[in-house]
Amino acid sequence: MSPMARTAPVPAATDPAIIRNFCIIAHIDHGKSTLADRMLQLTGAVEQRDMKAQYLDRMDIERERGITIKSQAVRLPWEVDGTSYALNMIDTPGHVDFTYEVSRSLAACEGAILLVDAAQGIEAQTLANLYLAMENNLTIIPVLNKIDLPAAQPEKYAAELASLIGGEPEDVLMVSGKTGVGVEALMDKIVRDLPAPTGDPDAPARAMIFDSVYDTYRGVVTYVRVVDGKLSPRERIQMMSTRASHELLEIGVSSPEPKPSKGLGVGEVGYLITGVKDVRQSKVGDTVTNLHKPAAESLGGYEDPKPMVFSGLYPLDGTDYPVLRDALAKFTLNDAALVYEPETSAALGFGFRVGFLGLLHLEITRERLEREYNLDLISTAPNVEYDVTLEDKRVLKVTNPSEYPMGKIAEVREPMVSATILAPSEFVGAIMELCQQRRGVLGGMDYLSEDRVEIRYRLPLAEIVFDFFDLLKSKTRGYGSLDWKADGDQVSDLVKVDILLQGEQVDAFSAITHRDKAYAYGVMMTGKLRELIPRQQFEVPIQAAIGARIIARESIRAIRKDVLAKCYGGDITRKRKLLEKQKEGKKRMKMVGRVEVPQEAFIAALSSDESKDKAKK
Amino acid sequence: MPSALPLGLPAPEDGILPTDAAVGADARDFGLYVHIPFCAVRCGYCDFNTYTATELGGGASQDAYAGSVLTELGLGAVALERSGVPRRPMSTVFFGGGTPTLLPAEDLAAILRAATATWGLEPGAEVTTEANPDSVTPESLRILRDAGFTRVSFGMQSAVPHVLAVLDRTHAPERVPQAVQWARDAGLKVSLDLIYGTPGESIDDWRASLTTALSYGPDHISAYALIIEEGTRLASQIRRGQVPPIDDDDHADKYALADELLTAGGLHWYEVSNWARTPDDACRHNLAYWRGSDWWGAGPGAHSHVGGTRWWNVKHPRAYSTALDTGKSPAAGREILTTADRYVEDVMLRVRLREGLPTGKLAPAGRTAVAGLIADGLVEPAAAFAGRVVLTFRGRLLADAVVRRLLPD
Repeated sequence: MSPMARTAPVPAATDPAIIRNFCIIAHIDHGKSTLADRMLQLTGAVEQRDMKAQYLDRMDIERERGITIKSQAVRLPWEVDGTSYALNMIDTPGHVDFTYEVSRSLAACEGAILLVDAAQGIEAQTLANLYLAMENNLTIIPVLNKIDLPAAQPEKYAAELASLIGGEPEDVLMVSGKTGVGVEALMDKIVRDLPAPTGDPDAPARAMIFDSVYDTYRGVVTYVRVVDGKLSPRERIQMMSTRASHELLEIGVSSPEPKPSKGLGVGEVGYLITGVKDVRQSKVGDTVTNLHKPAAESLGGYEDPKPMVFSGLYPLDGTDYPVLRDALAKFTLNDAALVYEPETSAALGFGFRVGFLGLLHLEITRERLEREYNLDLISTAPNVEYDVTLEDKRVLKVTNPSEYPMGKIAEVREPMVSATILAPSEFVGAIMELCQQRRGVLGGMDYLSEDRVEIRYRLPLAEIVFDFFDLLKSKTRGYGSLDWKADGDQVSDLVKVDILLQGEQVDAFSAITHRDKAYAYGVMMTGKLRELIPRQQFEVPIQAAIGARIIARESIRAIRKDVLAKCYGGDITRKRKLLEKQKEGKKRMKMVGRVEVPQEAFIAALSSDESKDKAKK
Repeated sequence: MPSALPLGLPAPEDGILPTDAAVGADARDFGLYVHIPFCAVRCGYCDFNTYTATELGGGASQDAYAGSVLTELGLGAVALERSGVPRRPMSTVFFGGGTPTLLPAEDLAAILRAATATWGLEPGAEVTTEANPDSVTPESLRILRDAGFTRVSFGMQSAVPHVLAVLDRTHAPERVPQAVQWARDAGLKVSLDLIYGTPGESIDDWRASLTTALSYGPDHISAYALIIEEGTRLASQIRRGQVPPIDDDDHADKYALADELLTAGGLHWYEVSNWARTPDDACRHNLAYWRGSDWWGAGPGAHSHVGGTRWWNVKHPRAYSTALDTGKSPAAGREILTTADRYVEDVMLRVRLREGLPTGKLAPAGRTAVAGLIADGLVEPAAAFAGRVVLTFRGRLLADAVVRRLLPD
């Protein structure tokens, strides 16, 4: 049995040979937090009595409130054969939209623990991150967790993992984060199997930023992995992508509470505080160097976060607009990927067009805005960014159907993704049908085990942003999982479908779709509106049109009766009050030409809730 | 009268009105409404303030009821006098319910006599009672005629048994012509109330009800679309899917049929839901409501209106009799109408009438709206040029929408 380290190596004076940097690749409920808990406990990083207070859960709540230094990287001491090692556990964001952040976390490590639930097998996002780790030449330690569960099938999934990473099923470690079984063996294996970091201690300093977090009290806390040289307190550092320089007010390691140190040397992982207030000044993937003795070349791999999905966010109550504006400004302090600009809709009033990394990012952001700022928001149907080339060769970036040009268009390009879907093999037919309907092109298919397949498709991003994941889940009885990453663009036969009420175009309902799907969209939206818009004193035609060509048509029949039959002495007060109420109600109506459209109709027509409900059923 | 009372200001115990109420009273008609809150059975569609005999007792019983009303009339006369409202003889009296004829005819006669003694009755005044076809006899109708009643309004509702059954009406359809004949023999004018759009009623059922009603030769017919009021048994049956919901298009078709057949039968519309054989046969009491006249409403839940002050009595007969026993006004609340309120009510009510709303009464925004209403076929152009807003047939079916357009802000 390995004892906890008697003397922990001191930061800034640690030989790279005794450092091991690793991350845990795992799906969301496969037990990463519980395993991390056990590691904190075993290494003595957290005292036994504090452990009872569920250390990481406390961190989670703090993380939600956005006031803490997250457990982005924890330094754990561990002793093997009489030598004390410093193990840095680096956290990876857990969901599909943050592929780039994951890639930077992986780039900070020499090895990765592939943690898979022994009752469920590997999921698509885990597989995608595993491939990413393998591309980065990380050493992989395969681990099956929750082996204490009655439903665990360790042999089956060990074979699956072995075939994925090219080892033997016997090499797969069996652990239980819950009971602690196998965790010490895992710690030992990390020390023995993972390579130590290498770097030039005498070269100009180079450290890679793998995360940065805004903290209300301390400003931005930046997490780095030092590759070459050394970073010390009070020196002036420079961000190599922006050339901006800052003073290093504090430098240290998390273990897991922040502990200032005399610096960070080659291979070490820790945090920097410079007093900046916006995570955009400390970008994930950027290289930190010394201002006066700068490195000639950055570590590379830096990319600006690129919003992929755009949606209009509008407060239900127009007077909440300033609250939404302030909330978005605060959110961007801690979310470098979030971009927004003011937008006005004839139908919905004042709001913002917001760009997100993906649909999940959109949903999380919207949910947090509503919860933390007590807002009721309408989000318009999500759009991707189209490159529209006009006949005069001008190129427009279109993220909102209302910006789609009227005139002659030479070409429209739409963003593509490569998607990986993992599911039990019985659902292959259903998945292929879904992807085919969504204009997907099959890239390949592999069996992970006898009854589990990996299916790869290239799909237009626009086809997966709305309800694709929900449909995938419902078609695979919840077993299917999806991962995607951007994969260039392609020219497509796209058109803008407008919706007209009594001949008047309604901006909020326009959509950019593939020509083959324009009709289906037109029929769906005109049908929905016929149900949602109350009858008026005149017949209201609802049309869907591409340019001047009508492709679908519905009509709302004129209301024929709108009169209270009885109005005698005892009815007058009630009737007058009803009239006043109707007048108030009319103020909440949006006028489209002569047609009164209730606010609720806009919300219902634009929300994706319906498709979600369908998927749930 | 719907059972839910409005929210208003508290009403003073002595019933004294604000001074404004007396202004111009001499030029306004004065009427009396007497509410009789009793029914033999409670109908599934009805949300009126009414009770079956077994639901009440003590001071609220049917036996003691006339006495309570007489007390209210006495207090009312004093309150009006002390408020400076001049004493005016009644132009119209209306006994509604409930089923007024569940009280002995002598009780109704006694209330009318007492009211006449208090305020006086104009020569040629209209005195109506509502009646259930099976709660009258030749004798009771004669007693009413002798006491001064001039008109009886029977709740016929439908001639079709399965429709009557959905409405919980217990009278036998063949009882109606008999009751009409007795009323005629007694020298009373006759009106029939009909309801259309009952769940399960076909257009032919409705046609049958209309032709049957016309065959009895009434002077007046009221035809109401069935309104599903919250809290009624019918509303919960519809909610549970036991009875099909109301369809406005069906109502529109049936209204069109009613207007066609009643007009062909020699009756003419004078209000959205009312048709009369001659102008003299129109219900003058109801016209007084629509023209903004003054009236005293006696009985639990009854509404009154005098010179821009409207009040309503406590709803329950026991609370009503208790207030009166202690010498207090039974009013539960009141509202003092602002100039704007009175304008809204004037437009809202007068536009329902065949005589129409004088365009001179409209504010500029309302006058501007008239052209659009003519263009949309909702208002008669000729009448409008002659200075009155009169609804077309289509306009009658959309009268509430017309009102909203005449009151744009």
